[in-house]
Amino acid sequence: MDTENIAFKELLDSIRLVYGYDFTDYAEASVKRRVNNFMANHKIEAIDQLAKMILKDEKVFEEFIQELSVTVTEMFRDPPFYKSLRETVLKRLATYPFIKIWVAGCATGEEVYSIAILFKEEGLLNRTLIYATDINQKSLQTAKEGMYPLENMKQHTANYQKAGGNQPFSEYYTAKYNTVMFDKSLKQNIVFAPHNLAVDKSFNEFQLIICRNVLIYFNQKLQNHVINLFYESLCPFGFFGMGNKESLLFSDKQQFFEDVDRKQKIFMKTK
Amino acid sequence: MAAHGKYEAIVIGASAGGLSALTTILGALPASFSLPVIIVQHRYRDQMNLLEEILQNKCKIQIRQVEEKEKVEAGIVYIAPPDYHLLIESDNTFSLSSDPQVSFSRPSIDVLFESAAATYRKSLIGIVLTGANKDGAAGLLAIKKAGGLTIAQSPEEAEYPYMPQAAIDKGAATLVLTLKEIQTRILNC
Ligand SMILES: C[S@@+](CC[C@H](N)C(=O)[O-])C[C@H]1O[C@@H](n2cnc3c(N)ncnc32)[C@H](O)[C@@H]1O
Repeated sequence: MDTENIAFKELLDSIRLVYGYDFTDYAEASVKRRVNNFMANHKIEAIDQLAKMILKDEKVFEEFIQELSVTVTEMFRDPPFYKSLRETVLKRLATYPFIKIWVAGCATGEEVYSIAILFKEEGLLNRTLIYATDINQKSLQTAKEGMYPLENMKQHTANYQKAGGNQPFSEYYTAKYNTVMFDKSLKQNIVFAPHNLAVDKSFNEFQLIICRNVLIYFNQKLQNHVINLFYESLCPFGFFGMGNKESLLFSDKQQFFEDVDRKQKIFMKTK
Repeated sequence: MAAHGKYEAIVIGASAGGLSALTTILGALPASFSLPVIIVQHRYRDQMNLLEEILQNKCKIQIRQVEEKEKVEAGIVYIAPPDYHLLIESDNTFSLSSDPQVSFSRPSIDVLFESAAATYRKSLIGIVLTGANKDGAAGLLAIKKAGGLTIAQSPEEAEYPYMPQAAIDKGAATLVLTLKEIQTRILNC
């Protein structure tokens, strides 16, 4: 291992010890890319210098964390996933008197509002509680506010329609200047809270867990850990939806999940 | 790994006009080609597997879309999936990311090339083909700096010269070759 790699590992170790954020089992290449970006933007030459700054100054650390987990997301991303969710999972969930959902790694919330819309349209939202979690506090704040740039709505509306939506999409939000705000009736049943999949425990039992495009950032060991966490948090016959390119391959619970829609990566806990 | 010579992998970046350029290069490779070939072709995110199917129809070597965490193996052409960045880890496995676009693209050639350069250092060949933006130039430079062999498609020949030209202007290309010459060069690896 060269000295740069050693310094990189030491940086992640000290962040874990000092701040309790554990990035040591993340897929390395993306984290390195982000660390390098952060260093370039802040004109920091060497990793040890970055480590010193981060460990000394909590503000720098906040910025660093922000950079390390900033992402883009959108409403009804991968429309066929939502279409399938509506057609296969929601029907079966309708038999429960009360439905609890966990959207893990919700980023800025577009995914959560998409799910709330699906449940509303199927007449289930008033007996549903959605827990939406992420490690990025700033993203969570945006999610809570439910305010997004107007210019994104064209794409979101197109996705909504491709996902089988047939209501006038603009009825779900009000536009003001260049911003739209999603309706209170959607927010009412959503709880936004910080939760770190790498270190925090299960906090409830759910009929549906959705965690998309988060596991790709983890190594196999952490993927397994997190899928175990989801397994423990699902009720019997609960549903689990993943991202397009994610799989249960590295999970020791693989045989306890059954395909609901193999292509759209929707599974059911069987045991 | 590098049992057959000094190189361990080839990475290729292509954008507009890439399909026909890729067909020319990959069509010449035998099924038992001694290196892995890893490709970012800018693509629409709705066409899930079309690119792989078209290429496979015209090639003897196995073509497939990358699955996250799979191991990089010789004799396979790997294509980055639509709407994800593709990176190579130091343990020779692939990873994917949903990070924001880089050079207006996801997958981005720069992202693949920079991570491949970090993993393979001088045992890497990087190739930038036809395209209408400048994705790939920074990545190719990273490969060159790490000691790898860098090639840009000759802009005169490229259907869209802008992308290989951007790489050349950045001083990232060791060689400027036509598709035929690229074919010969990599067949002799
Ligand atoms: C690419 S986004 C996915 C957003 C959304 N689920 C989607 O598919 O569009 C990845 C999210 O995972 C979050 N994340 C990363 N590590 C996490 C962890 N250990 N626990 C919880 N969330 C995490 C990031 O903050 C980011 O918001």
